[in-house]
Amino acid sequence: MLSRTASNLFWMGRNLERAETAARLLDVGQRITLLPNTELGYQNEWNSLLQASGSSDLFREKYGDITQENIEEFIFFDRANPSSVASCLEKARESGRIVRTALTSQVWDALNVSYQELRKIERLPRSKLDTASLTDFTTGHTSTVRGAINATQLRNDGWHFMNLGYGLERADATARLLDVKYFVLLPRIEFVGSGLDTYQWQVILRALSAHRAYHWAYGGDITAGQVADFLILNGESPRALITSLYETVWHLEGLARRYGDGVPVSARDKAREVLTALQARDIEMIFDEGLHEFLSWFIRELGEISNLVHQDYLLGGA
Amino acid sequence: MSYYNEMFEGDRVRDPYARLRDWVETMPDDFRQMKQAEAEALFRRIGITFAVYGEGGDPDRLIPFDMMPRVFEQAEWRRLERGIKQRARALNAFLRDVYGRGEIIRAGRIPARLVYQNEAYEKSVVGVVPPRGIYSHIIGIDLVRTAKDEFYVLEDNCRTPSGVSYMLENREIMMRMFPQLFRNNRIEPVDQYPDLLRRTLESVAPAKCSDRPTCVILTPGHYNSAYYEHSFLANLMGVELVEGQDLFVDGEFVYMRTTTGPKRVDVIYRRIDDPYLDPLCFRPDSMLGIPGLMDVYRSGGVSICSAPGAGVADDKAIYTFVPEMIRFYLGEEPILNNVQTWTLWKDDDYRYVMEHLPELVVKEVHGSGGYGMLVGPKSTTEEIETFRLKIQANPSNYIAQPTLALSTCPTFVEEGIAPRHVDLRPYCLCGDRIELVPGGLTRVALRDGSLVVNSSQGGGVKDTWVLSE
Repeated sequence: MLSRTASNLFWMGRNLERAETAARLLDVGQRITLLPNTELGYQNEWNSLLQASGSSDLFREKYGDITQENIEEFIFFDRANPSSVASCLEKARESGRIVRTALTSQVWDALNVSYQELRKIERLPRSKLDTASLTDFTTGHTSTVRGAINATQLRNDGWHFMNLGYGLERADATARLLDVKYFVLLPRIEFVGSGLDTYQWQVILRALSAHRAYHWAYGGDITAGQVADFLILNGESPRALITSLYETVWHLEGLARRYGDGVPVSARDKAREVLTALQARDIEMIFDEGLHEFLSWFIRELGEISNLVHQDYLLGGA
Repeated sequence: MSYYNEMFEGDRVRDPYARLRDWVETMPDDFRQMKQAEAEALFRRIGITFAVYGEGGDPDRLIPFDMMPRVFEQAEWRRLERGIKQRARALNAFLRDVYGRGEIIRAGRIPARLVYQNEAYEKSVVGVVPPRGIYSHIIGIDLVRTAKDEFYVLEDNCRTPSGVSYMLENREIMMRMFPQLFRNNRIEPVDQYPDLLRRTLESVAPAKCSDRPTCVILTPGHYNSAYYEHSFLANLMGVELVEGQDLFVDGEFVYMRTTTGPKRVDVIYRRIDDPYLDPLCFRPDSMLGIPGLMDVYRSGGVSICSAPGAGVADDKAIYTFVPEMIRFYLGEEPILNNVQTWTLWKDDDYRYVMEHLPELVVKEVHGSGGYGMLVGPKSTTEEIETFRLKIQANPSNYIAQPTLALSTCPTFVEEGIAPRHVDLRPYCLCGDRIELVPGGLTRVALRDGSLVVNSSQGGGVKDTWVLSE
């Protein structure tokens, strides 16, 4: 497979996952603003979310005031924001267009339709749109594409590259959402364990479409330790760090098997190493270490795996 | 001016259209509109769109599709096929000759200046004979019809003719929307084209290639207006679609960058123009090409289709000599007519053209896409006078032809069905064999009375049928 094709498939996966993350972010923010709040008011929460997505400077420069409309515009529609839903869907579709020959017609169809629909939404007056419908729009379409990929794509190297993109991006997104919660959203220690704390964890779970799954898995009350366990170490949770990483390793193993000797496997080795390190921890160890420190380490390692994927496969050995 | 109608002769329906008459005439308006909308939705979903250079606006514009097919009967087609293949053989013989000994010039049949000083003449490949002596592997020949048995060649496209994906998709969509039509008519299939193309390309692999040849399509990238076609063909042929950045030269071969390391490439079907192929040989600022490609080509390490320099055969000035080529190289009489052409660098022709501008069509020698041309009978006095000044400034940049009475074919329009002018582009493949699928791209000028069928000028497309016996 051409390196450029592999690269586009990888980024198609990443951008689709990123579009979904942006929509989830919008949803979390929206729910948090409905909370009876901490002293700084809802502006603070939105700012935390923007920081989590690494775009708060860009927002401040372009919009200044944090208002519901500005935030929606920025996170959903704004092409100047590289992580907005519209930017990500457009980039994913562009990647798909470049590698049309590597996609089944169902996948292309789903991808193309999601983009055409996006353009329809963009033409609607903003007053006709609410946050919930924007989130539903995004998760609906990304799920359709995902389903088409699962149902129709050949299980070949291209499939591995797409899923690598999905896996790495998903791990990164969950880690960042968790980081918002613990490090920024809750600046004051006395909130920990309060009703407010519980509600915020619930919001995070909802944003990851995981609050029902959580109850099935743990039952009973929502506690910080269990939610963190669910989203970091529980292999049954589809968006948990360990699950995403496990899938990443699985796809890298698939590539290594398919390509055989002679093609480097440094990305696989690194991913295995991080997975082993993750499996060696329990949630108490992570809290002792400091959740934020743990997440920063994890996000750095993900970046490294992504770089090694580029080195091993996407430069073409020239 | 009276025009040949492809479907009707007075009130009588011509034989090949006999079974279509009921279909057309009994189609309720609302059904037609529904089907037209369905066709448009299908095209958009598949992603067939057409970007027009320098127009701005929607980059995903659709090329209009007309549901009314254009039909040939077997006997008509056989004659066209012979004429097209004859022309394709002569054009390749000409290229072999002008990059070799130049017999046709020595014999005084074509002026040396028109060949050797032609912009498209590529000095860097003189003496390089590509595999099987084929320079142009895919030739698109633009034809118009003026009477039952009168076809004229408007121009030859020896470089990288586009549009074949429309031929294939138009058929696909017609079969999907109107299966009954295909049951009632015996229509020759066209969907073997991608396989024939792949076979053609494999048949011209370099002698240095010992395994099954690896072919690729080289595209300028996804911003190119024909990108859809490039990816469509690559997909149907099962070959990689590469950009310049995917290829590199190492030693005497060309390789592509793959996830498993470098892989050798034997045949490049390029959809980029000569000047962009290799920044070391042609334009140094080209970002699309592959440095060193031409050295590999000249030493027989890779085949390039069409061969660099093939464009010298489809120049509008060279065009006037194609009948002469057929006689000179093949010893045959041309089966298809050339349009009478006045070349403005000749004094007599210049004088004649300037006196008859309102009757003529004037084109730039190197122009294409329907840009920079004057259609005398369809222009205002003011437009004609403006164009006259342009010609006076640089006469040798123009040729003129009589305004041809392009045939019309019934076409669905706002008010129902009405005749619109059409042309035809079949695609001829040249490798170890010369082949032509029974069909082509029919372009239709959708504006009432317009004679310009180019999609950049508001033209549309139709499915083209050849009935089997």
